[in-house]
Formats: sequence, C-alpha cells, structure tokens
Amino acid sequence: MAPILDIRNLRKSYGATEILHDINVAIEPGDFLVLVGPSGCGKSTLLNCIAGLEPITSGTIDIAGRDMTDVSPRDRDIAMVFQSYALYPTMTVAKNITFGMKVRGVDQATQEQKLSEVAELLQITPLLQRKPGQLSGGQRQRVAMGRALVRDPALFLFDEPLSNLDAKLRVEMRTEIKKLHQTLNASIVYVTHDQIEAMTLATKIVVMKGGVIQQIGTPAEIYNQPANLFVADFMGSPAMNLIPAKVRRDGSANRIEIARAGAAPLVLEDSRPADLPADVILGLRPEDIAEAGFRAGSNVQEAQCHIDMVEPAGADTYVVSELGGKQVTARLHAETSARAGQSMTLAFDLGKVSYFAPESGQRLN
Amino acid sequence: MTDLAYVSPRAGRRSTGQRLGRIALRWLLYLVLTLFALWFLMPLFVMLTTSLKSLDEIRTGSLIALPREVTFEPWLTAWGSACTGIQCEGLKPYLLNSLLIAIPGVALSTALGAINGYVFAQWRFRGANLLFSLLLFGCFIPFQVVLLPMARMLGLMGLAGTIPGLILVHTVYGIGFTTLFFRNYYVTIPQELVRAAKIDGAGFFRIFWSIFLPLSLPIVVVTVIWQFTQIWNDFLFGVSFSQAGTQPVTVALNNIVNSTTGVKAYNVDMAAAILAALPTLLVYVVAGKYFIRGLTAGSVKG
Repeated sequence: MAPILDIRNLRKSYGATEILHDINVAIEPGDFLVLVGPSGCGKSTLLNCIAGLEPITSGTIDIAGRDMTDVSPRDRDIAMVFQSYALYPTMTVAKNITFGMKVRGVDQATQEQKLSEVAELLQITPLLQRKPGQLSGGQRQRVAMGRALVRDPALFLFDEPLSNLDAKLRVEMRTEIKKLHQTLNASIVYVTHDQIEAMTLATKIVVMKGGVIQQIGTPAEIYNQPANLFVADFMGSPAMNLIPAKVRRDGSANRIEIARAGAAPLVLEDSRPADLPADVILGLRPEDIAEAGFRAGSNVQEAQCHIDMVEPAGADTYVVSELGGKQVTARLHAETSARAGQSMTLAFDLGKVSYFAPESGQRLN
Repeated sequence: MTDLAYVSPRAGRRSTGQRLGRIALRWLLYLVLTLFALWFLMPLFVMLTTSLKSLDEIRTGSLIALPREVTFEPWLTAWGSACTGIQCEGLKPYLLNSLLIAIPGVALSTALGAINGYVFAQWRFRGANLLFSLLLFGCFIPFQVVLLPMARMLGLMGLAGTIPGLILVHTVYGIGFTTLFFRNYYVTIPQELVRAAKIDGAGFFRIFWSIFLPLSLPIVVVTVIWQFTQIWNDFLFGVSFSQAGTQPVTVALNNIVNSTTGVKAYNVDMAAAILAALPTLLVYVVAGKYFIRGLTAGSVKG
C-alpha cells in the first residue's frame, strides 16, 4: 500500500538555526503516528510543516501520494485539532463544524447530513446551538474533533489536543480518540509530550529530541528496545534503570559487574551480545526486576540487594536499591515483604536487558 | 475609590473612631467630586440658559440666572437663519456638510484601520514592525505640517474645496489611530484561530470577515467614537480645505460668531454652539458604555 504520508529529507531552519534535521518518516493508511519528545524538540514544528502552516527549508512532503511540499494548507486534504481547540468564538457549535464545508461551497443538505452524523458520533447533538464560551473543556475538545472529522480528510493532525484538560478527562478523551481511530480507521499524526499518551495511542511512535529523530518504531519496539539512552530514559514511567557496569568476557559468557557502595559488586551473567565493550550502561525496566521467585524467564538471575526505600503504589510496590551509584527502582507485587533498610533477594530478568555505550548513548544489543 | 470602598475582613475589629474617620473621608471625597462635576458643568449650564433667553434679558439679567421667559427663537435662528458672512441660512446646511464628511470619513478610516490592524496582528510580514512604527509616527505628526502639501495634493487630484477632498484628508489622517486600535485588539486573538481557518480553507478576507469582524464590536465602537469626534470637531482641515458651500459646521459656527456686526446675539451663538456639539455628545451617550469597555478589552482577556 502506498504511504498516506511520506516525508523525505525534511529540513527546517529559521535563519541560521536549524529546527528540524533531515526528517524521514512514512506512515501507511490507518496508522496512528505519535510524535513525542520534550518541549522544544521540534515536534510541533514538524506537524505545522505537514499542515503547510510553516514553510519547509528543503525536502518533500507527500500526502496520499501527492507532493504537497508547496501546496497551501487548504488543499492538502488534512484536518487539524489544536491545543487551544481554536474554536471560532462567535459561531455556534454547528457553524464551527460546518465552517470548512461552507467555505468550500458544499451544498446545504450535505452540510446538515454530515453535521448530524458527526454530532451523533461525538455525542454533541444537544450542544449544536451553543457558543464555544458556554462549553466545558471536554466539550470544546469534542467540537474541535468534530470540526476535523466532518471534513473526512486523508490525514488528521492533532497538536497536543489533551494537554489543556484535567488529568481525569485526559484519560477519558484518550480512550475516545483511540476508539475513534479504530472505528474510522483514520490516518492520524498526533503530537504530544506525554509518553503515556504516545504509548497508549500510537501504532507508530517517532521519538524526537533537538530536531532529530531518535527512534521510529511501534510502541513495543520503542519500549523494549530503545535505540539510545535518551529514548530509554524518556519513554516509560517510572523510567528505565540505567546502571553503569563493567563487562568481563569469561569464555562464552559476559560477566557484568555492577559496583555497590559498601558491598561486593553485583555480578550478572549474560551470553549475548558477544562483543560488548568493557564499559556499558545496563538498562532494565523496573518491572524486569522482581522479587525472587516471582519472575520466570530464560535468563532470570537472583541477587541479594540492600533495600533503601519502599514505595507502595497500590497495585505494585516500588523498591529502591543503590546499584552502580544509581537509585535503581524495582517493581514488586503489592504484598511484598520488602522493608527499607533490610536486604532481600531480587530477580533480574536479563532476557529483557538493554546495553548502551556510555559515550555515544547508542544501543549495543 | 476602590480602596476606600473596600471593607477589609478586619474592619469589624477596628475602633469606632477609625470607622468614623473612614466615613468622613468618604464624604469628603464625594464633596470634592461633586464640586469638580459642578465646575465642569457650569459652562454648559450658562450656554443652555443663555440660549433660552431673549437678548433683552441677557443684557439686563445675570449670567447665571435662569431665564425668566423661555424662548426658542435663538435656536430657530441658529438652525435656519443666522448669517455666516453673506449667507443667512443658519447652521442647517453646514450640519449636513459635516455629516456628509464625518459619516464616510469615519466608515472608511475604521474599515481601513480594521484591515490594517488585522494584517499587523495576524499576518506578519517582513518589515511589518518598521511600517507599524511609521504609522504610529503618523498619529503624532502635527496637522499644521501637512497643510500645504495636502492642499497641493488635493489640487492635483481635483478635490480642492470639495467634500470628497475633506473625506480623503480625514480618512488618511485617521488611519494611524484606527490601525493602532485594531492592531492592539487583534493581537489578543490567538493565532491558532487563523491557522484553523486556513486549514478549513478560508482565505485572507474570509477569515477577516467571518472570524475577526464578528469579534470586533467593542473596538469598532471605540474607533467610531474616536474618529467621529475627531472629524466632527476638526476646524483646521475644515477651514483650510473647504470653500463656500462645503464648509463643515465648526467653520460655520466660527463665522456666525465672528461675522455678526452690531449687537452680539449671544443667545444665537450659544444655541449654535450647542447644535454643533450635539452629535458628538449623542454618539458618546449612546455608545459610551462600549467605549469604556472597548478601551479595556485588550487588557482583560475574556
């Protein structure tokens, strides 16, 4: 299938400052692409470039097989939902939704039919005659989505649409967006700084930092095999444990030594990969360190660790132990007997481990 | 005022002396304000009473006395038969001239200011800041400086001494202020609105017409009041660029007052002055509420 969005060698600079460096991304129809990264990473600029609201410096953007690089926003066959919703304040909800069709000269009957379809879908029919000022945040969000949906475009663009909502509503709307994506099978590009939103919504994630794509992949790939230290640290909450370690080759196995203050080093063994350098950063997610006996896997190794802190979080209990000079978090089951200041046996699942080069930060396995 | 009216939560615990002191202060304030109001209203009072007196009564009575016998004769004279030089048609034709100048002048300068402000606020372009600064500078150029060049321009365009000529002058010199008003108002409107409308397919004028103009009532009112007052009260351009038959009411008023020979008809002069001032007063009374609201609309985001 031809990609619905194909960005090649895109660069964007303001004067001498390059905001986006050589961006290459493509998505298939029905994909939900999430651009995620810390603020100032260029994700919103990239979205505006796709929308045609910002001119690009070089490269090409194809949407639905057509070159849109120099096409004006109105002719790109896109719809966009903005962070501030950008509802037209003097128009009723109905007028807000049909404005695009009115501008394009769609006949009245079609307008009304589409309006009622979308209103039905988003359950905003009772609100149609209200002005945006009379709506709650969640309702405005729905109207903004309605305005995009009614156009039935090739590509939907969402610019941090949930960041103005309170925490509870955000989770609700997140589910609704996901549901909408599944019902409509729409192609979506979605910008957020919230990695949980990225994980839950995306079929494909682009992690960005400083105008450079760090990694492109499915949520599982990004989560399990982060391409570098930045991605490893940015995605996942609590963050992945990144522990400095020394590697000694011993026959066919790597002996991985993690220094501990006031105790013998923690030694773990792993056979892959064969060519690890002497110094590595070992990455293990909190859930890959469990209480001994609660973890099964191909390469689970147990070791006595000193517990510094215990944080019950309801469903799980997080314990913190200092390893390699870092506060390492392990995610244990809720009924764990772990006590702060005592020792306990933790199980490290080396089947899930990531190794990174300390200098470049790149993944090694 | 607000500070004095504010009753602090601790007020109840204060001594009676302090409370009495505050009440006294409040009354003193009202007294001073009332005196000022009377001071400012005094000339209007004198004008009104004088315009309703006969000349005999003016000569014999006191300036601030109420009319013993109310007469509307001076008003009728001022309206229809007072002499402005050699013609004796009263203010009526000149009031019409002023309306013919002010209404298109206000409409044009407001419309242009709105478009300009919209561009400066939402469609930034290279050199926009410089151009805006120059426009602002135009607001503060003394009008005397432009009299001669403008006279020459009007002559070249064949508009010298005509009402369209005066409309042009007032429109050109109003644009600086109207642009400033609209620009400062439109800057508070989020840019995402324009972006959303662009994606919806709307162009420059469509966005202006459908989204910005409907939001603009407060600032339109401010601009209209400002421009109407400016144009209506203008004397310098009126006296410089008009000829017999196209003079605005301010010039005619001057002529009525200054060209009478013999006995000064103070009552007619006063009536004429009130007639000339009435339209601006009316505009302010009708739209003044919006004027205050519009002036603060930019600062209080609602």
